[in-house]
Amino acid sequence: MSTWSRNRGGIAVAVAAATVLVAGAALALLWAPEDADQGPSQRIFYLHVPIALTAYACFGWAAWKALRLLWTGEQRHDLESYTAVHMGTIFGSLTLVTGSIWAKTSWGVWWSWGEQQLVLFLVLFLFYAAYFMLRFSLADGPARGRISAVYALFGVVLIPISFLAIRLAENFIHPVVFTRDGPQMSGDMFFTFCVCLAGTLLLAGALYLNELTGKRLDVRLRELREALELG
Amino acid sequence: MTYARDVVALARKDLLLELRARETLPAMVLFVLATLVAFRFALPAGGSERASIGLLWVAILFTALLGLTRAFVPEREQRVLDGLVLSPVDRSAIWVGKVTATLAFLVAAELVALPAYALFFERLSWETVAAVALADVGICTVGALLAAMAAAGRARELLFPLLFLPLALPILVGGVGAAVTDTPARYLGFLGLYDAVFAILAWASFEYVVTE
Amino acid sequence: MIRGRGLERRFGAKRVLRGLDLDVARGAFVVVTGANGSGKTTLLRLVAGLAAPTAGELAVDADRAELGYLGHEPLVYRELTALENLALYARLYRVPESRERIGMLLERFGLWDVRNERSGTYSRGMLQRLALCRALLHDPTLLLLDEPFSGLDAEGAELLDRELLERRGHATFLVATHDPVRLSPLATGAVPL
Repeated sequence: MSTWSRNRGGIAVAVAAATVLVAGAALALLWAPEDADQGPSQRIFYLHVPIALTAYACFGWAAWKALRLLWTGEQRHDLESYTAVHMGTIFGSLTLVTGSIWAKTSWGVWWSWGEQQLVLFLVLFLFYAAYFMLRFSLADGPARGRISAVYALFGVVLIPISFLAIRLAENFIHPVVFTRDGPQMSGDMFFTFCVCLAGTLLLAGALYLNELTGKRLDVRLRELREALELG
Repeated sequence: MTYARDVVALARKDLLLELRARETLPAMVLFVLATLVAFRFALPAGGSERASIGLLWVAILFTALLGLTRAFVPEREQRVLDGLVLSPVDRSAIWVGKVTATLAFLVAAELVALPAYALFFERLSWETVAAVALADVGICTVGALLAAMAAAGRARELLFPLLFLPLALPILVGGVGAAVTDTPARYLGFLGLYDAVFAILAWASFEYVVTE
Repeated sequence: MIRGRGLERRFGAKRVLRGLDLDVARGAFVVVTGANGSGKTTLLRLVAGLAAPTAGELAVDADRAELGYLGHEPLVYRELTALENLALYARLYRVPESRERIGMLLERFGLWDVRNERSGTYSRGMLQRLALCRALLHDPTLLLLDEPFSGLDAEGAELLDRELLERRGHATFLVATHDPVRLSPLATGAVPL
């Protein structure tokens, strides 16, 4: 019963996400003015940047849930933190892919070390991939939840530290060749961007709720099976 | 005060264990020397001289990796960690003790590695020595915590480097930056910031790693 | 001394304890019985504070310095001698006059002659004796003993009998065992799991 009502919330978010994303796609492709320098390829901005910001939001949410777990000891926060890292890793990987495509269309290379956000996502990808390795190596139980939570907390601290490190490394790794100018966005562009960001966040929310329901069902199923075996 | 004495007792125990088993430190020293020799051949002549400093940092990081992987093995085997956790010692003192002991091993290995680097490659600047000192603290604070995590799971030897390297990348940046740029102070400051931030985080969260 | 209500501990989907109520008065000698896998060890680990219950409430009226725990493992470093291990724990427990205390315990449990040998070379029974020394080192007022007789030979078991009898009434006991008959003369209560 409770699973179903939660799931209904998930469906509502999914519908909202689909609506806003369609609107965002229409705005980005048809309505937003073309970028003077980069031409039509700049429109991937409306996909790439919201996805990147959503990934940060997922990692932040995971850390918040990790903190809640350590604070309260309530086990449900563990599954929520885990699911958030899961979503963050998916959106983080998408950031790498879309960023790479953008680099190709803008500068003709698939990868550029000069692109700080992309380098940061590569580091984060490595870090959070190790989260799964860590989790899978630990036996199911409260200890796993706690250790995963501490690692997830390290993640949100690593994000600004790594960002700083990557900026500092610019000085000796590669001279900055490509600069992508900051958000010199017109009002129309900014509005389109906001709609796309809202849509992506809703999409992440819907996926998160859906995945969480699945993972909860999985746990519940194992509990019931265990209870049956005990007779 | 009791806190400091607890830390000393715990760190002394690690040094005593090492003295008995003589496993970690000789391995670290030999490894770092072998790595430096290997790098000599990996660096083609005429290449940038600055590249060798990067290799030194990679060698230090990997040597630390070797020592830290085993940091919590004596405690996790036979669950001796339970005994420490049960005692009235502040749990974070267990972590500080481990940081102290691993730091001692790492510094000892570097006392061989840095002169060897100067001999094989080029003279060391004071900036590099300062950066190594600062980096050691960061490596051991983060490493001791991650080692306690990895040791709780299966396949800790495989897991630890995966956990450690993404977190250690900023250290690499600070260390190399201090050696090759015109503004070493910025990079040394960054290493200090890294140490402070992660020391506080690890100090506060260690208890959760060793209790259920 | 110990009060638990609706204690539950799960490992993922597996539930080891469910809805356990527990009351142990000060000075009581309570025996925990049950088949293998019934959660005896888990219960002791909860009371010791090594693990937290996943549901229910647990109040233990003793801090870590007053608690003596004997687990499945002796909780000593195999590379260190009996003396070194006990000296470390005496330091961590802030035991006063630790040298005398350690000497007395090693003497009593028949380990004095091997005090300078690495505990890794000990037999199972000797390790159990060393573990008992470690658990009793700081004169705890709450003793949590998990299968205390396991590995002990007849002489060792008699030593332990005497030790338990001597401390009964002064300290509170929670003892997990699959052999309650041996402890029945001492027991004031039982918790069947």
